[in-house]
Amino acid sequence: MSLINYSSREINCKVVYYGPGLGGKTTNIQYVYEKLSPETKGKLVTLATEMDRTLFFDFLPLELGEVKGFKTRFHLYTVPGQVYYNASRKLILRGVDGIVFVADSSEARFDANIEALYNLHDNLKEYDLSLDQIPFVLQWNKRDMPDAIPVAELNEELNPEGYENFEGIAVKGVGVFDTLKCVAKLILRQLQTT
Amino acid sequence: MVRAEWAIFEEDFWAINNVLDDLLKSSKAGNVMLVDPTGQLVSHCGRDVDFDLTSFASLCAADFAANYQLAKLIGESDFSTLYHQGAKDSMFLGKIAKGVVLVVLFDKSTTLGLVRLRVRRAVAELDKIIETLYDKLEFRHEEYDALDDTFTREVEAEIDNLFAD
Repeated sequence: MSLINYSSREINCKVVYYGPGLGGKTTNIQYVYEKLSPETKGKLVTLATEMDRTLFFDFLPLELGEVKGFKTRFHLYTVPGQVYYNASRKLILRGVDGIVFVADSSEARFDANIEALYNLHDNLKEYDLSLDQIPFVLQWNKRDMPDAIPVAELNEELNPEGYENFEGIAVKGVGVFDTLKCVAKLILRQLQTT
Repeated sequence: MVRAEWAIFEEDFWAINNVLDDLLKSSKAGNVMLVDPTGQLVSHCGRDVDFDLTSFASLCAADFAANYQLAKLIGESDFSTLYHQGAKDSMFLGKIAKGVVLVVLFDKSTTLGLVRLRVRRAVAELDKIIETLYDKLEFRHEEYDALDDTFTREVEAEIDNLFAD
């Protein structure tokens, strides 16, 4: 739910990173945090377990330069990927403006991707939303895994609608900015046409 | 033309700020904030703080959302207020219309009873402002014209600039 504050001249948008557990959602956000200069980013908040698994969410606010006196902010959130944290996932989706689905390319995690996608559809439905209403981008992460499924096959199986998608190796930063750039622009265009 | 699901216009912002300012003074609290359901800070009144307000706002909204689900699990419709007690500073959160959250930070210079009392009045006033604001959004699309196609293109250029590898 984007918010325009005409008094403080701010536009705020919410981006959620979704996907199976250990797929690289937090790694995406951490890379963004490490690479950006201090004046454009806020504090990285992580609510994780002792094992470094996301418990509730990670949160990173980003601020673009001023345009026509307006500041545009993107608030990045990740959801916990583990199946049993669904209540938390649902909460984070509230008011979402754009979604990045971080899929794990490895063969061993193929079913987990499908399960997470179904779960995303179900959770959006609870807010009376569907993927065709929200800017949606996929990232095929872990392209460096020896058992990585070819991108064409991933698109055929997980992305028959042909949403924008990017190859990624989030630990090395590959594809991280391209994915975020794409969803941010889609959100802006959506704001314009709503 | 840029549209958002909700927008705050100048006059509403000042109406909200007046309520927050009254609450701050009458409750003798240190800080008062209004946070939208997605965790974005709408307005803040009070002392300068030495913590990150953006993170604070996002965690307040998450706190409220998590407690709402807890309430539903035990058969309550919601928890309309939350209280977190600290050794020095405490927090009181109240639910406003449309999922907006009012947050009051206070220390030993006031009491929970006084904060609770003043929050009740402020919640009623803020409810009205937020409800009116949502009604207004139905009719005031012309306000959005300030943010046109050039705006979108320039923000896109800023995005490219920020995420240049």
